[in-house]
Amino acid sequence: MSFINLFRIALKALQRNKLRAFLTMLGIIIGVASVISMVAIGQGSKQSIQKQLSGMGSNMIIIRPNSNVSAGARLDATTVQTLTMDDVKALQREAPHLSAVTPVMTTKGQAIYGNNNWSTTITGVNTQYLDIIRQWALQDGVEFTDRDVQGAAKVCILGQTVITNLFPNGDNPVGKYIRFGKVPLLVIGTLTAKGESAFGQDQDDVILAPYTTVQERILSTIYLQNIYASAVDEASTTAASDEVSKIMRVSHRLKPTDDDDFAVRTMQELINTFSSTSQLLTVLLAVISGISLLVGGIGIMNIMYVSVTERTKEIGLRMSIGARGVDILLQFLTEAVLISITGGIIGVLLGITSARLVTYFLSWPTLVTESSILLSFLVCFITGVFFGYYPAQAASRLDPIEALRYE
Amino acid sequence: MSENKILELKDIRREFRMGSEIVRALKGVSFDVKAGEFLTIMGSSGSGKTTLLNTLGCLDKPTEGTYLLDGVDVRKLGRNELAKLRNHKIGFVFQAYNLLPRTSALENVELPLMYNPKISAKERKERAIRSLEAVNLGDRLGHMPNQLSGGQQQRVAIARALVNEPVMILADEATGNLDSRTSFSIMALIQDLNAQGKTIVFVTHEPDIASFSNRTVMLKDGKVIKDSPNENRRSARDVLASLPTTEDY
Repeated sequence: MSFINLFRIALKALQRNKLRAFLTMLGIIIGVASVISMVAIGQGSKQSIQKQLSGMGSNMIIIRPNSNVSAGARLDATTVQTLTMDDVKALQREAPHLSAVTPVMTTKGQAIYGNNNWSTTITGVNTQYLDIIRQWALQDGVEFTDRDVQGAAKVCILGQTVITNLFPNGDNPVGKYIRFGKVPLLVIGTLTAKGESAFGQDQDDVILAPYTTVQERILSTIYLQNIYASAVDEASTTAASDEVSKIMRVSHRLKPTDDDDFAVRTMQELINTFSSTSQLLTVLLAVISGISLLVGGIGIMNIMYVSVTERTKEIGLRMSIGARGVDILLQFLTEAVLISITGGIIGVLLGITSARLVTYFLSWPTLVTESSILLSFLVCFITGVFFGYYPAQAASRLDPIEALRYE
Repeated sequence: MSENKILELKDIRREFRMGSEIVRALKGVSFDVKAGEFLTIMGSSGSGKTTLLNTLGCLDKPTEGTYLLDGVDVRKLGRNELAKLRNHKIGFVFQAYNLLPRTSALENVELPLMYNPKISAKERKERAIRSLEAVNLGDRLGHMPNQLSGGQQQRVAIARALVNEPVMILADEATGNLDSRTSFSIMALIQDLNAQGKTIVFVTHEPDIASFSNRTVMLKDGKVIKDSPNENRRSARDVLASLPTTEDY
């Protein structure tokens, strides 16, 4: 029997019982729609995380002091003081893949202006930080200069959140003196709003100052907390981070057998970490949706068995007028696959629609990929064949005599 | 003239195993059917009639004996070859019509040809229409079975049996579900087909129906007890004409 005839017979059989065919399909529709929309949500969040990270400068390299062993006890990274200005200078001098290097000194404290005060973070950096590493523009005023850095000048640049809290009346902060703890600082500039980071941190809740100012006047230390560097471009990030490791090991005079006493992290690694996390999310969602597809498949199997029993007489007739077992098998198999594929098409459309609706109403980012559509179709086809096969085989093995007399 | 013989049955035996007991449904049945014959097989229930019908229709194979259908030894064939044989050589007509529901008369008649890959869709349709015209249903092509009377449904079934141009039409109580007037008209149709040269084997338990054929084989307890030509063969058309017409019918 030709494929077209099989298809026509299957279509006719389904048309005979439209509601039942639709309800059977519904299992598959829900399964596929949930696969498509869940994967779309997973993919969308993955993409948006990647985008936010790139916005932070995905060619950024962060060097931290590593945990260190002191008298047998492994100390936590914040207690370790291994980074110095010598490292920064070595990196600036010897790393061709780096476009900028800055020490980063961070501490929390109380910022005070008049009768307003605000608990915030002061970040000490050099002049390259804003332009090259964070690509962050000023809203007003000027940046501090190398001369300010050398002289540990008492100047600062304020983030928008700090401005809102210290200057609730809307005064222009530029030219005013604020205090950070006991240190008076002249506000020379304000930053544009950057908003929340991908991690939900308020990036505008910050005061920027020359690192020397933070180091000497607030923290009173000669060590550095972090070093931020920027690779010339994203592609050379990995090469740059290897380079940084080598230079740092030389600079710290580590023996080949020693562990690194610093950690080099690239944003690339961060992106990968997040990607794999949301990959996990995608897989999880896909598995959950896959289960609903499985349930749909069992629905098909159930209905096909009912259908075979119900149409025993028809099967007997077909056999008596010359249908072979394989003809009957293919007929029922085609029917099952037709249900699953039609369900799949409707499911894909519904899935895309619901992904759009999620984006529209909840403003969750979603991304419907071609591979997820293709995969759903494939799974549908396999579901149809797999769950349709046993009922179809049962039909094809019927004895024509008994099938004809079946009441 | 063995070429003339459509069916040759030699000492056909059929046994069924029911648990530990062996039921012998056919205990050595032998007869031949020549081309163009109209044969009735009669017998009360339990006589082996149904088993013989299944054997003749290649739905079942005999335990022992030889059955040649149009020169082909049925016992040697496998399931698929039997299906092909049924498709090419036999036209079935059943008591319950066995039309596919919600499927037009035309498509029901096309059905046997669907299982014959050599026939194109166009030829299939043409032959189905011709077949339906042969049973005087040329104007009912698109009707569904539930839109047709019992007699009309049985005529669709006969058209379906004819469409493959089989060597034999095998009818199983084909008039059993019909009132006498309709059954006579069906018999008239079958007699016409026989007159056109079709070989017909008709299984029934009604002697009344058997009288329309030209030969009767009587079965009892799995054996042939009588095999004789009908002396006074009746014409179904005449019987139909002689029936009193009632107003409320």
